Amino acid sequence: MSSSSSQRFTATPLSRRKARQEALARWIFCGMAVAMIVPLLLIVGYLFERAWPSLSLSFLLEVPARGMTEGGIWPALVGTIYLVFLSLAVSAPIGILAAVYLNEYAGDHWFNRLINLAVINLAGVPSIVHALFGLGAFVYAARFGYSIVSASLTLAIMTLPVIIASTREALASVPRSFREACWNVGATRWQTIRAVVLPNSISGILTGVILQVSRAAGETAPIMFTGAVFYKVVQKGDFFAYGLHQQCMALSMHLYTLSTQVPGVKESIPFATAVVLLGAVLLVNATAIALRVYLRARKRW
Amino acid sequence: MIDRVRCSSSLAPRLSLLGVALTACLFWAGCGGGSGGAGRVTIQNKGSDTMVNLAQAWAEAYRQVAPEVDVEVSGGGSGQGIAALIRGTIDLASCSRDMKPEEIDQAKKNTGKEPREFIVGYDALAIYVHKDNPLEEITFTQLAGIYAEDGQLTKWSELGVKLPGTADDTIVRVSRQSSSGTYEFFREHVLADKDFKLGSRDMNGSKEVVELVASTLTAIGYSGMGYATPAVKMLRVRSQPGQPAVAPSVENALNKSYPVSRSLLLYTLGEPAGPLQEYLSWIRSDAGQRIVEETGYVPLAPADRAP
Amino acid sequence: MNSGAMPQEPAEGWAVRRARRGLWALAGERLLEGLIYLCGISAIVFVLGIFFFVFREAFPVLGKENFSLTQFLFSEQWYPTSATNKRYGVLAMIAGTLSVTALAMVLAVPFGLGAAIYISEFCGSRVKETLKIVIELLAAIPSVVWGFVGLTVMSRLIVQYTGAPVGVNILNGGIILALMSVPIIVSIGEDALKAVPDQYREAGIALGATRWQLVWRVLLPAAKTGLLAAVLLGVGRAVGETMAVLMATGHAVHIPHSLLDSVRTLTANIAAELGEAPEGSDHYRVLFLTGVLLFTLTFIVNLTADFIVRGIRKK
Repeated sequence: MSSSSSQRFTATPLSRRKARQEALARWIFCGMAVAMIVPLLLIVGYLFERAWPSLSLSFLLEVPARGMTEGGIWPALVGTIYLVFLSLAVSAPIGILAAVYLNEYAGDHWFNRLINLAVINLAGVPSIVHALFGLGAFVYAARFGYSIVSASLTLAIMTLPVIIASTREALASVPRSFREACWNVGATRWQTIRAVVLPNSISGILTGVILQVSRAAGETAPIMFTGAVFYKVVQKGDFFAYGLHQQCMALSMHLYTLSTQVPGVKESIPFATAVVLLGAVLLVNATAIALRVYLRARKRW
Repeated sequence: MIDRVRCSSSLAPRLSLLGVALTACLFWAGCGGGSGGAGRVTIQNKGSDTMVNLAQAWAEAYRQVAPEVDVEVSGGGSGQGIAALIRGTIDLASCSRDMKPEEIDQAKKNTGKEPREFIVGYDALAIYVHKDNPLEEITFTQLAGIYAEDGQLTKWSELGVKLPGTADDTIVRVSRQSSSGTYEFFREHVLADKDFKLGSRDMNGSKEVVELVASTLTAIGYSGMGYATPAVKMLRVRSQPGQPAVAPSVENALNKSYPVSRSLLLYTLGEPAGPLQEYLSWIRSDAGQRIVEETGYVPLAPADRAP
Repeated sequence: MNSGAMPQEPAEGWAVRRARRGLWALAGERLLEGLIYLCGISAIVFVLGIFFFVFREAFPVLGKENFSLTQFLFSEQWYPTSATNKRYGVLAMIAGTLSVTALAMVLAVPFGLGAAIYISEFCGSRVKETLKIVIELLAAIPSVVWGFVGLTVMSRLIVQYTGAPVGVNILNGGIILALMSVPIIVSIGEDALKAVPDQYREAGIALGATRWQLVWRVLLPAAKTGLLAAVLLGVGRAVGETMAVLMATGHAVHIPHSLLDSVRTLTANIAAELGEAPEGSDHYRVLFLTGVLLFTLTFIVNLTADFIVRGIRKK
């Protein structure tokens, strides 16, 4: 606005200097913003290029062979799917209901502020501390042993804040007038929530759930000590490869062991594993974003 | 707006139904114990990072021998393998050091069973340097000078080595994280129980050690000889001034002339039976020992093998 | 949005409904509301649970005579498995965490805040949306992938351009952590700028200020607490990060003297050694104690950030 006004008046040295300053500031800040995009593109591009020789459908479906130096990543892929869905099955209901409580029931009371604080801190606890907790609570104290159950419970608690935060946002965006209308026809609070609030925010909740999936799929530290193994024999294409009391391989863990422990791996294989993990996570996130953009465009209030 | 509310209100139950179905599906898969259900046997093997690739290769090959047996392999270190064995949560602990007496006591107290030891191969701990490093052999004294807490060796020139193409003379020490079996073995046999000098790069896997040495001209590191690559050089090692310098190799490890070689061990709780016993004797048979050799370790002498 | 402020349901509506719906429905609803309440307080239960379980495993070592808290915090001697003299000092690891975090912040704060300013003040709405999406994607990259990038790509670049003998060091970890904590700085920073009332901007423009002057003289002072919170949350993220620093910092226990030294962080130390520490040993307990330390550290950082953010909202 201010720069266009300078054209209408005669340019003075001051206004010229200001215009220069403005342009400079714009370029610097723009450069800083671009400096964040460039690494993303470079990293994705570079990883993809290095991974190219190994990327194929059969890489996904094959099992690792010859001491994990060849073959594919099927067992790790299946393991990650197990961990993600099991943790989702635990954290989605708890997270959604917790958000319902925080948004629909809780008043501005010290105890509820405490809950808010707890949610924020839960999100800030380092992943390795979650791992310690999972080891102490699920593996040892609850006697689940090193197993998929322990690992996914640890993941579930770790990703709970993601679901709570986005569900709350979704619930909060339902206008209060909707609720009032419902109360006015005599519905109770829960009936209102079930019939009006939840259906109208389901898409936002879904976004949160999707984000939880992406977060859970990428985590390594919490599962490293609770239920992820270096290797497990799995048949090619066998989807029911793991029992819940067993341990499993996982993509993130597989990438870590491939790059630090397995000698003589074909060079493109760790890169391809990284690309699959990154691709899956980014794809899931992009889905969540697309869903959100679409719904925001469709929203009528 | 009312319309919208109506029609979408049926969405929530449907979605939750889907969720329940999905969970049920997973649980069904879980309780079935994985593919095939009751006929399957799982052997859990945990422990030494040195042996994890070997254990993996066994597990992979054993699939062809006994398709009904699933072997789970995890690393983590000898210490963790033993700890898990003491708790009775695993079937096989792989170990690159002997079980300590107090660990054996603990296992007996906890599970009521005596741990049983099986030697399944040998490993020579090789001293690695970059392939362009002119150094060919090294003594225990020099190694202690480089690695031990009171050691004074910090420069390659103090070893009489002139590295080609670099002015940088400082020795980059590459080590393992404390309490890995390899770390403890090196401390016990090379440093004579003296502690390590702090500040070494402590890698988390044997492969990382070799890779770092391979990419760093000024580095020295130690790791199982199975991890050797063309980009690194294994030094001949002299334990005493009068002794000959011996190169790490299968023969030298077998005839014990290489001074830093050790047994690779598997522990079970009590006398193994059933599939576990079959797996162990397969490992100690010619077929299993061939894999030991292929992975870069030293197999048992033919006389010690299982029939 | 708190329901405490909402009008109460009309009394007769209640009565009518209650009469019509049987006792079962009412009981079911009560049960459900109980469940909702339970889930609501679950976050507190989990946070307390985390502290309890981690502290429970760590506690017994505090009474041991060969362990002293002063040594734990102020000694750099880390010999958890020594055959002759076990020593548990994490000072070198604290220094490692601080140095890597500091470098990450030096890189991430200017870029993060600059990007936040650009997004909030300089660009059009379309560019804004795109940039926010990119930042969200950047935040989604798993830490193990970052670690892999540090280990394979970045370390090679560092050796090539700095002539350092080893490419896994503070510089490597700092750059990786900066990239990881930039998204949170940007998004919280942008929120803080958005919270500055538009009147401030209008008044500035009316006075003939350029946008740069507006940002420098008006918005930054007005949003400074919010921006501080953004930086604090970035610090929290960097301190707590595990896999990336485990793979990218070189893992050497000593107090660093230059950017090209390798260090070990508190988190990486736990991740590397927990697997090898026999359960119940002093070593194992000291690692849990390190966990307590980390938990407390991030707790304080997050708490402070939260108070700042809450203060702004109240205003």
